Amino acid sequence: MRIRLILRRISFLIMVIWAASTITFFIPRLSDRNPIRERFAELARTGGFSASDLETIVASYNKKFGLDKPLLEQYTDYIGSIAQLDLGVSLNRFPKTVLEIVMESLPWTIALLFVSSILSFIIGNLLGAIAAWPKSPSWMRSIATPFVLFMGVPPVLLAIFLLFLLAFKLKLFPLGQAYSTGIAPDWTISFLLNVMWHQMLPAISLILGSVGGWVLSMRGMGVTIQGEDYVNFAEHKGLQGGVIFRDYYLRNAMLPQVTGFALALGSIITSGAVVEGLYALPGLGSKLSQAISSNDFLVIYGIVLFITMSVATLMVLVEFLYPLLDPRIKTD
Amino acid sequence: MSAILQVRDLQVSYYTDLGRATALNRVNLDLQAGEKLGLVGESGSGKSTMALAMMRMIKAPGRIESGSVDVDGVDLMSLSEEEMRLARLSRIAYIPQGAMNSLNPVMRIGAQMVDAIRAHVPNMSKDAMITRAKDSLESVDLKRNVFDMYAHELSGGMKQRVCIAIGILLKPKVIIADEPTSALDVVTQRQVMETIDRVQKEIGTAVILIGHDMGLMAQFVDKVAVMYAGRLTEVSTVRDMFGAPMHPYAQALIKSLPNLKNKGVFSGIPGLAPSLLRIPTGCAFHPRCMQAMEGCKTIVPEVKDHSGRLVACHLYTEGA
Repeated sequence: MRIRLILRRISFLIMVIWAASTITFFIPRLSDRNPIRERFAELARTGGFSASDLETIVASYNKKFGLDKPLLEQYTDYIGSIAQLDLGVSLNRFPKTVLEIVMESLPWTIALLFVSSILSFIIGNLLGAIAAWPKSPSWMRSIATPFVLFMGVPPVLLAIFLLFLLAFKLKLFPLGQAYSTGIAPDWTISFLLNVMWHQMLPAISLILGSVGGWVLSMRGMGVTIQGEDYVNFAEHKGLQGGVIFRDYYLRNAMLPQVTGFALALGSIITSGAVVEGLYALPGLGSKLSQAISSNDFLVIYGIVLFITMSVATLMVLVEFLYPLLDPRIKTD
Repeated sequence: MSAILQVRDLQVSYYTDLGRATALNRVNLDLQAGEKLGLVGESGSGKSTMALAMMRMIKAPGRIESGSVDVDGVDLMSLSEEEMRLARLSRIAYIPQGAMNSLNPVMRIGAQMVDAIRAHVPNMSKDAMITRAKDSLESVDLKRNVFDMYAHELSGGMKQRVCIAIGILLKPKVIIADEPTSALDVVTQRQVMETIDRVQKEIGTAVILIGHDMGLMAQFVDKVAVMYAGRLTEVSTVRDMFGAPMHPYAQALIKSLPNLKNKGVFSGIPGLAPSLLRIPTGCAFHPRCMQAMEGCKTIVPEVKDHSGRLVACHLYTEGA
């Protein structure tokens, strides 16, 4: 029974990725812009070769990338290479493949986004739960308020502000980069500490920007749950306040939040991309914005498709996780 | 024989935007060990408030104004918060009204029983706690494997039994069951009541049964207490109450019950229950009372003992 469900979900996931890659394939081809021609036309302008050579180069590149074939054949080739995780090559840094670019930047993105979104989720939900719990001390309740205020500020502005204040003026943190220049990446403690010190500001700006949302939704949920009969009965049973808070109140109020986390994954990655670019971190987001500014179309498509695939995969994982949190959701 | 439960002058108010609502007005009640009392009255007459006040679980904007609740010689009102937490379930237990939602949906039944034991007897061994919980489930006619189940896997009657099993875990001196059979079908109602009846005999606690269903009450309790507008109007044995109620409100309540002799004839009580914000002066029932006298409008009737029956009515007071 469970195996069947898992298979069904995975086939659904494959359909989503197929749909996403089809859209990624067709949308750029709806326009009559040709990335190869634009790329070389730009090179031709800055000199290096004559305009007559341009057509020959474009034609040979079209042939190399298979762009001279009929559209349908191009499409089947494309889907075939996606299935082998071949996302194409970078036009800008040829012959580097898109997958290589993704793989070298992925650890940085995971380190930043994973840690900051998990931290934000935990902090936000805890503060929201405390804010709605009638027995929590009033000073604890008021901690949540400033975070809710930060919610109105876009993470980019927050990042710029923090960068200016803490890194530029007070010089508490570095101005950017993943680690200090002049040291070689390795697995020593001092290098990891250096990386963490560099990741601090981007992480803080991401966390400050997103904690408020969790606080608000958790507080709303908490107000509902604290009036539930089982929370009252828990108190009638003479349970310790902490046990009621953790097992009866928090565990139930958390359930919709986990779904919310899965839904928020997409926006986490987009706001992460902007913050990465701002702090010049070598993550997926900066690679994407570099690709956009240098018209490296294949890298753009590749990264967008990769992000789509990972969000879809994470959502399926959350769905598998959900029955473990709520026994009422059956997996069969 | 001294009473296991002694409620004295218990008064509870709710502070609302419209003013102070007196939900419980100087209530006195005695209960012997092993005695079963049915607490009846219209909605809003203060039954549940009384139960919550005895558990010291009145929440804002409500407040216990005065009074004492003695359980086995200990006044609950004088305990600290932590002492009161320990008294709940071990001295005085509450079986909730909405048993349908009274169990945590994401915890196994067993875990919800073990945490209750651990909260009171933290140094008991884990195995002993599990055995105690499973024994308790068995004594309310549930299988021992219910321990490993979730609330959504149980029927309504089973959930109510689980609540009873939790209520008797620590063999309390007093059990308050707040409409334990509402939202159950009649067959299940009877089974649940028989379960309460049996475990009550086994552990010899006093039981207060709150409810609307006079018929169900008549079968299971020893005494009936009738509440009206936050006051006790009459406390009598079941036989006296149903045979010859004394207080006019109790008389009207009993008369409003359908019976086999006068089929189709249904006599309600004229008028509406008073708002607790504006309780009538004198006897709260006088505007609806057929036998009201001049004195009833101004003088609050005291609860008086009439050969074992407690009645608060001027009809039975000399010279009123």
